[in-house]
Amino acid sequence: MVDMAVIELSRVQFALTALYHFLFVPLTLGLSFMLVIMESIYVMTDRPIWRVVTRFWAKLFAINFVLGVATGITMEFEFGTNWSYFSHYVGDIFGAPLAIEGLMAFFLEATFVGMMFFGWDRLSKRQHLFTTFMVALGSNLSALWILIANGWMQHPTGSHFNPDTMRMEVTDFGAVIFNPVAQAKFVHTVSAGYVCASVFVLGVSSYYILRGKWVAVAKRSFTVAAAFGLASALSVVVLGDESGYTLTDNQRMKLASLEAMWHTEPAPAGIALFGIPSMEGRKTLYEVKVPYVLGLISTRSLTGKVAGIDELVVKAETRIESGIKAYDAVEKLKVNRGDMTARAVFEEHKLDLGYAMLLKRFMPDPRGATPADIEKAAWTTVPNVPVMFWLFRAMAGLGFFFIAFFAAAFWMATIRRFGCANGFCRLFMRAAVWIIPLPWLAIEAGWVLAEIGRQPWAIDGVLPTFLGASSLTVPQIWTTIIGFTALYGTLAVIEVRLMLAAIAHGPIEDHALAGPAGAAHGQSAHPPYAAVPAE
Amino acid sequence: MVPPIDYETLRVIWWLLMGVLLIGFALTDGFDLGVAALLPFVAKSDEERRMVINAVGATWEGNQVWFILGGGAIFAAWPFVYAVSFSGFYLAMFLVLAALILRPVGFKYRSKRPEPKWRARWDWALFVGGLVPALVFGVAVGNVLTGVPFRLDSDLRAFYEGTLLGLFHPFSLLAGLLSVAMLVLHGAAWLALKVEHGTVHDRAQRFGQVAALVAIALFALGGVMMATMGYGFRVEGVPDPAGPSNPHLMTMVAAPGAWLANFATHPWMLTAPLLGFTGPLVALAGMRARREVLAFGGSSAAAAGIIGTVGLSMFPFILPSSIDPASSLTVWNASSSHMTLFIMLLVTCVFLPIVLAYTAWAYKVMFGRVTLHEVRTNPDFY
Repeated sequence: MVDMAVIELSRVQFALTALYHFLFVPLTLGLSFMLVIMESIYVMTDRPIWRVVTRFWAKLFAINFVLGVATGITMEFEFGTNWSYFSHYVGDIFGAPLAIEGLMAFFLEATFVGMMFFGWDRLSKRQHLFTTFMVALGSNLSALWILIANGWMQHPTGSHFNPDTMRMEVTDFGAVIFNPVAQAKFVHTVSAGYVCASVFVLGVSSYYILRGKWVAVAKRSFTVAAAFGLASALSVVVLGDESGYTLTDNQRMKLASLEAMWHTEPAPAGIALFGIPSMEGRKTLYEVKVPYVLGLISTRSLTGKVAGIDELVVKAETRIESGIKAYDAVEKLKVNRGDMTARAVFEEHKLDLGYAMLLKRFMPDPRGATPADIEKAAWTTVPNVPVMFWLFRAMAGLGFFFIAFFAAAFWMATIRRFGCANGFCRLFMRAAVWIIPLPWLAIEAGWVLAEIGRQPWAIDGVLPTFLGASSLTVPQIWTTIIGFTALYGTLAVIEVRLMLAAIAHGPIEDHALAGPAGAAHGQSAHPPYAAVPAE
Repeated sequence: MVPPIDYETLRVIWWLLMGVLLIGFALTDGFDLGVAALLPFVAKSDEERRMVINAVGATWEGNQVWFILGGGAIFAAWPFVYAVSFSGFYLAMFLVLAALILRPVGFKYRSKRPEPKWRARWDWALFVGGLVPALVFGVAVGNVLTGVPFRLDSDLRAFYEGTLLGLFHPFSLLAGLLSVAMLVLHGAAWLALKVEHGTVHDRAQRFGQVAALVAIALFALGGVMMATMGYGFRVEGVPDPAGPSNPHLMTMVAAPGAWLANFATHPWMLTAPLLGFTGPLVALAGMRARREVLAFGGSSAAAAGIIGTVGLSMFPFILPSSIDPASSLTVWNASSSHMTLFIMLLVTCVFLPIVLAYTAWAYKVMFGRVTLHEVRTNPDFY
């Protein structure tokens, strides 16, 4: 039987390491492209201040980038260490995007990032801009490939179960790559990264402007961030995750659960603004609904129905029943590969094989399931509705907030030129400093939403999460959870301190700091750019 | 669509590519590991240490991708091996990952603050980040050669029955030390090539010469142990090299002495151990004659030869099981599907040359020895 403690701990560890990794990645995704913009302006205008701007943000980029890379190492191996059966079961498909990510993206960003930092004196201006662009391209390509992998977990196309090898195998690689869920996720995720970096740059620049420090650098950075942020914030929401939600039963279940739609409603369905969903009562208390909106958003029509949870559970029951037949056929094929009757039965029911495995939570052999067991297993296909409902509202709410926020910033930087009457600008900038953590909250909420929403599946409809873990012991997993927490915690403290110190230090190139302790100060080869006048 | 290359050939190609990856990792990131392990010994003052760190500063990041790609490529081409080995070596993997996480952070953060205490701590982290992975990789390879305690059930779910301490036995420790010596030699050869002539350069060459001798001695001792302990496994009957990837469809048994016997059956394979011995000798001679390029060539050949020896001796085995040889993973029963191997080969053929091209460009841009003067004046240096 399944040891649920091992499963839950493995999930906790994966969540911890992935969420932590994803504190650094969004800033890398966005800041790398902002560096490209800043450096392009430098190359085009040839004005030294843009070199200062670029080099300053590159310094902060470096402090952040290294932890993204370092914690990414864990992710590349964690499927093997903690999700061994998952790795065997879907490695034929899932491994490919990870390998391509390494070959196409990691090499690109890692090789060029060295030249980006070390090549200022060795490369021409254009060559250096090219390396910066390659870093941005590499990090964003890596997001593409990992989201193709994740998109396949959400919507496993282009593959089938092979009873001879007892695993999923690829049938159509093109379908895996051009998976619509993956495409939507990619745009949504990188845009969120751009928003995150824009909020960061805007906040730090506001801090400088408020303090009257490095104002020339700060105003330029502010303007870049406002424009880039506005475009990205629109992209996150408009090209959001919504497009994939009507594709499959599991995606429909995700939509129904984040909307807490317990029953199918007549089209077009309404959207709940508020409510307290209850898993036990299978209903939402104190619901406040806006009619028609959900139906319009998710089906793009007035007549399309959005399936409710109860309808989807009934469907899951039939699929479990069909899956048991596939499971029985696979067991027969294990004994005799030449059993043609079993092969025919398998072919007929193979799409539901994963549903039979849901029963393994309650019994070693799904073939002994009673109708009550099947109903119980069918209800396990419902993710945690209250968590989904509120995380979605938090994430989407922040998404809309960022649009308004960047619209204001853009107006301030371009139309008002930082001069507003009645102190609105200063107020806004003070707020801009304080909201720096918000994009991270929205992003982490988005990750949890995507992954909780897929439960109980590791691969939607194919492999339940509780079957995917390695055959480890509880003490082993605790050891690594504690180890990673201690290591990551220490590194987080160091990172934040270095980041704050670098911000406090500002864009001045205080070169003496690079020397050993006690070296003479004030012998900088580069003149400090503090004297660059504001226009 | 049926791929135009047959399954058996693709499996052999991917076995070779796995070797290319491992050797690529050893040749590039290997010297970064060796340099980090040498850091406290070849460089005493802060400026010397910064010279050593900046000798790999601009390129370690790209080199490290060989390791990450190794993980990804094994996942894609040998999902079974990825699943069984990393979950089996669970705590050892954690040690390696933790050490490899410390390393990039050490490179980047060490020079962010001037306090000697801060820098000393990161020097320690870098040393651990170099030594521990080098040691554990070797120990892991030693265990692969002797067999790993796992079994597969009828669903092909892997169960591992060993412990972390069980990984350390005389043969695997020897393999671990050989791996350290090999990478320290390679790191020393790189340093001699990359830092200006002077104290650090000379110290690196001295340590390199010791490492070369140790590597030769341990490699020989490993051969002797191999002969006396008689490790080995073999496939019974005639396997179907194009059959489905399912270990239950073929029979593997323990066959003492089979690893060494492979060299008797295919004498051309002896080139690998030959390279494993001549490589360190050439490196040694190169260092004594102060011919740094020759020494680096020698240390590269040593790494290629030693890794090649392991791979060839085991063919077609990749991960034999010590407690249930029938669960052993081989080239014929542990790969991805025919289609995936073909697609991944196409991707590799397109992208690997591009990667090699821009990596070469990066090394060209960063060409030249790191000087003390540069360490003192370049604001972009670590």
